[in-house]
Amino acid sequence: MNEINHLILTLIVLVPLAGAIVVALVPDRAKLPNWIALVTTLTSFGLAMHLPVHFNSGLPGFQYEVNIPWIENPAIFYHVGVDGLSMWLVVLTGLLGPIGVIASWNAIQTRRKVFYSLFLVQQTAMVGVFVSLDLMLYYGFWELSLVPMAILIAMYGRKDGPKAATKFFLFTFIPSAPLLVAILWIYSQTGSFDFATLQILIAHGNFPAGPMCWIAFAFLFAFAVKVPVFPLHGWLADTFCEAPVALAMVVAGKLGLYSMLRFHIGLFPDQARALAPWLIALAVVGVLYGACLALVQRDFWKLMAFAALSHLSLITLGIYGMTFGGWTGAVYQILSHGVVDGALFLLLGALYDRYATSQIDNYGGFASKLPRAATLFVIASLAMIGLPMLSGFVGEFLILSNTFVEVNKGWAIAATLGVILGAAYMLWLVQRLFYGPESALATSKPPDDLHIRERAILWPLAVLMLAMGLAPSIWLPTIQTGIHPPQLKGTVVVRSMPPVSSQGEVQR
Amino acid sequence: MNPVVYPVPDIFRILPEVILTLTGVAVMLIDASLAPRVARRPLGWVAALGTTFALWASLWQLSLPVGTGFSGTVETSPFTVFFHVLICGIVLVSLLLSLDTLPEDTHHQGEFYALVVFGAVGMCLLTGAVELLLVFIALEISSIATYILAGWRKNTGRGPEAAIKYFLLGSFATAFLLYGVAMIFGATGTTQIYEIAQTVSYAKNQSLVLAALALMLVGILFKVSAAPFHVWTPDVYEGSPSPVVALLSAAPKAAAFALLLRVVYEIFPTLRAVWAPMLWVVAVLSMTVGNLAALRQQNVKRMLAYSSIAHAGYLLAAFAGLGSIGIAAASFYTAAYAAMNVGIFAVISVASGYDEKRPLVKDFQGLIYGSPLLGSLLIFFLVSLVGIPFTGGFFGKFYSFTAAVGGGAVWLAIIGLLNSGVAAAYYLRLALSAAQKPSPQSQRELTPPQGSQVGVAVGAALLLAVAATLVLGIVPGEVLRAAQAGAHTLQAIPVQPVPARVNLMQLPKP
Repeated sequence: MNEINHLILTLIVLVPLAGAIVVALVPDRAKLPNWIALVTTLTSFGLAMHLPVHFNSGLPGFQYEVNIPWIENPAIFYHVGVDGLSMWLVVLTGLLGPIGVIASWNAIQTRRKVFYSLFLVQQTAMVGVFVSLDLMLYYGFWELSLVPMAILIAMYGRKDGPKAATKFFLFTFIPSAPLLVAILWIYSQTGSFDFATLQILIAHGNFPAGPMCWIAFAFLFAFAVKVPVFPLHGWLADTFCEAPVALAMVVAGKLGLYSMLRFHIGLFPDQARALAPWLIALAVVGVLYGACLALVQRDFWKLMAFAALSHLSLITLGIYGMTFGGWTGAVYQILSHGVVDGALFLLLGALYDRYATSQIDNYGGFASKLPRAATLFVIASLAMIGLPMLSGFVGEFLILSNTFVEVNKGWAIAATLGVILGAAYMLWLVQRLFYGPESALATSKPPDDLHIRERAILWPLAVLMLAMGLAPSIWLPTIQTGIHPPQLKGTVVVRSMPPVSSQGEVQR
Repeated sequence: MNPVVYPVPDIFRILPEVILTLTGVAVMLIDASLAPRVARRPLGWVAALGTTFALWASLWQLSLPVGTGFSGTVETSPFTVFFHVLICGIVLVSLLLSLDTLPEDTHHQGEFYALVVFGAVGMCLLTGAVELLLVFIALEISSIATYILAGWRKNTGRGPEAAIKYFLLGSFATAFLLYGVAMIFGATGTTQIYEIAQTVSYAKNQSLVLAALALMLVGILFKVSAAPFHVWTPDVYEGSPSPVVALLSAAPKAAAFALLLRVVYEIFPTLRAVWAPMLWVVAVLSMTVGNLAALRQQNVKRMLAYSSIAHAGYLLAAFAGLGSIGIAAASFYTAAYAAMNVGIFAVISVASGYDEKRPLVKDFQGLIYGSPLLGSLLIFFLVSLVGIPFTGGFFGKFYSFTAAVGGGAVWLAIIGLLNSGVAAAYYLRLALSAAQKPSPQSQRELTPPQGSQVGVAVGAALLLAVAATLVLGIVPGEVLRAAQAGAHTLQAIPVQPVPARVNLMQLPKP
């Protein structure tokens, strides 16, 4: 068992890559690449499920760690490991793998080999981001995740793929240049890229305050663009409109938000606290701005983009509230958002495959034609809105209540307003798509409800949403082991944290 | 410690050059003795085989004790071996590439291969020479071969234009270098690099030394196409056949960078305060001018020409690094740059052919649909040029900027990395154009999918380039160690004489 624990993360990272190579080598015959990709992603998901099953919540710090030298000079290590913060994100990424393959099953008709190889490389890069504990390794996966995304957006863009791909790439690549300089500067000061070592050194070392401020800002800036945080969301709408469904569902959110928690707040708590008020303000603006724009969109991909901006801003609010409960809620909300967004994208992708339009006005009255799709869409929408007993509620409640109690009542009320607007645009979307008089589109084609493959993946997701809403205690305790309680200056507890009681209070 | 000094026959010190020369002569003689109707293509294989032997011979030279031969004019050390292997590798890939992309009926095909090999002799000798006159001769050998190669497509208008521009500006630059050599001889009374290094600080006329440094830098920076000495590059790249550009953009530059390293770190380490700011400025200029100009280019080869200027800038950033860190970083970058640049020109040679059916970026639209192999490779090399991790381009930039930050030039690193963001824009334009669905119009114009036409030689060339780019990006340790070993031998000549080397230098005298 020990050997498996030792190898498991490496396997989760490398299995998709191996699958990508196999896909690239086999002949492009019928659905062969699809099946290989499906088997690979399912294997990867199965391997990822090993993590929570054998995770020991009682142990502090990282588990399943591997730390071997990769490059001597500068000292870069292949250092991977997960804690409560990253473990569920790895599982989520594993889960979104097969969902992405199913979503692309009929949508991708040409150059399947290229598509599925790059899709699998993307999986590797994302898992790599979550498990890397060496800054250079992390940066490597971070940058790698851009490439397949950009190429696939360009290849399969609906209208103007290359433009959207360029926008996406430059928006995320240019801020990563200061990030790299910042990492190099830290290395030149400390001689280490190792996360845990740096955490100790930065907490106890005397680094000049001015440069440290800039370094922390460079980290934050790169992550904020990736999330995206208002007003850095310029790439989001185009990317959502053009990206293949399988990639749109993973492009925003979790990479950036995770990085904020782990590397911005984790490494630079003081600087993060200093900037937190600004970020809280931006986050609340983002929640409202995204929700308002989502209300007026005529294209459902764009609506999803601004809805994502709104939801991700809410998570950002939870993160920079700098409260323990807020962080817990933020991580939970990342997971929930990943699942719900995956389901919604799969459903919208199914509609787009069948009717080749994303204009909401063209739809209407589909509930009787596609009853299964309508049912599942309503469930996912309700989960997205944050209806109690569904997954979205837990995270939103934790974030908003903690913001209200411990941060600022005004901001919390404003953000809650955004959540109400969120209910408005989602329900209106459901109404315009599935109810009302039957549109010409609905009568133009014979009804073609969800296929068995789509149902096979959507019903479990719906059950998962319900489970996440009803029994958050399955997830919350492990998540909380990965979150370090907010500390005062100079008292950083590295790679360990006190046990957490069921009320979420920290016991000293 | 009493170092045991084996008398190494002088000939061993220039073994790779000897092998290359013999290969070139053999190719010319066979070419001349063959009947006019006989295909000349096998001569390319002869040249490739000879280059492979030269590469082995360079590696074998590692087993020789570090030292000089021919009365202290040629050196073998890990530094020279590093660059010999690199240059031979580039030449080998270019030869394999031209084997399949030069049309069968080209005039003087045999001479083409001979010239490539003779050029390689000059470049290899340039990295090994420790005597400034020999440096000059080596530079001329390599330059003259490349001048001719640049104008190979003499029936097009652009071919001769490229050759003449390259020749005129090139000879002008060599004149600068020679003038610098004359001045340093005037100041120190010798042209042997180690002797200059030992006496240059005590030279009476320091202004002469400074003038010599400046003139030599101008000459060398021209060869590496750094701004503001870059104007020849786009025209020459555009006019030359793509396999020649693959060679031109990598091998002479590698040799020139080796010379630059030798000049600044071995001859003038004491004048660091003078040359470091100069190179700093040239680095920033090259990156910025190269990238901004590349943004506006529609012609793929011109765009890559400007990109190579920008890469010269990134490479020069490594010179801000202190001592052996900077040298190792620069050497590593040279290798990484060579791997990816040769690779991309290889792809372009195959995709657009000898007579360049696809000169413009938009002509590459849908390449990945027409030929998944070429399209994917094009994107792969572009990704490496952008500097995405797990490719050679990333570690090249990484070491270069780490050296710069370590040397205190944080701003240089920031400018460089922002520049690489700008550069991403035009690389992406080409990459995404290749990934885009082909437009109906471009589909008609394109030749039928060429994936099936990738021959054995080109296949081997592409494979070598991909393998090198990946190795440098995933397991750079070995190459970096070689670069560091080279850096240490170059650094081993401080102002104080080093016993082992001086012994060897004096060997032939008694």
